[in-house]
Amino acid sequence: MPEIVNFTPLSALAGGVVIGLAASLLWLLGGRTAGVSGILGGVVPPLRAGWEWRALFLGGLLAGGLLLQFLAPARLEIPPRSLPLLAIAGLLVGFGTRLAGGCTSGHGVCGLARLSRRSLLATVVFMVVAMITVTLLRLGGVGAA
Amino acid sequence: MKPGPLAFICGLLFALGLGLSGMTQPSKVLGFLDVLGAWDPSLALVMAGAIAVHLPLSRLRRRVSQAPADEIGCAADDGDADGTGTSIDRRLVIGAALFGVGWGMSGYCPGPAIVSLANGASGVFVFVGAMLVGVALYRRTVR
Repeated sequence: MPEIVNFTPLSALAGGVVIGLAASLLWLLGGRTAGVSGILGGVVPPLRAGWEWRALFLGGLLAGGLLLQFLAPARLEIPPRSLPLLAIAGLLVGFGTRLAGGCTSGHGVCGLARLSRRSLLATVVFMVVAMITVTLLRLGGVGAA
Repeated sequence: MKPGPLAFICGLLFALGLGLSGMTQPSKVLGFLDVLGAWDPSLALVMAGAIAVHLPLSRLRRRVSQAPADEIGCAADDGDADGTGTSIDRRLVIGAALFGVGWGMSGYCPGPAIVSLANGASGVFVFVGAMLVGVALYRRTVR
């Protein structure tokens, strides 16, 4: 039986609701999807039409980060993994999310909420693969925190 | 409303939601992904909360306007005009698998990593820098 640790249901649920509200505002008032990897892809050269609103969304993310760092610095952690591991992981996340056309926000939240079959498949694949990766790393001596 | 100011406000709100939820804490993300070890189930509730809000609200738009059909099938790319990524194919599965490996190695997906730049940790900058290289590599090689 797996052991349950560090369970924080209320803040997780409340945070999820705020994420859902942000995505809904952008969709209802702006007609845009709050998929962070897609938004990031739109500001990497060569620039395409619509890079301006994407840059502003990313600016909002950075401003929100600064606010968090000021109000609740413990929420922004020092990554518990080595720099080489983080570098390889970043490459895989950047390339993989563009190939899949979305990440946790685009597929995992917006796509699932809009009942996209593509997003359901992508979400199941990246969740299961990430779980296998964490398990293998733990067995190989790289702990989960 | 023009997408500009709205996009900034939504990005800010999105970041606060990520921070409140625990998604910007790799220790919690990795704890959630470690289902066979000491498991922290919290982040399942992040997705549940976000979907519980976005599922009904996103439907308001589809009822009042005629959104193109592929906007649903193409979650993150619906701003793109070239219509890539509208079907279930090998790219979707391979891309999601590569992302899964990177997410499991680091505990970061794109949004939380960008938000975490504010703490100035070298590891976050290395991750985000490499992520941008990965995106650029995709733009150079695939499309």
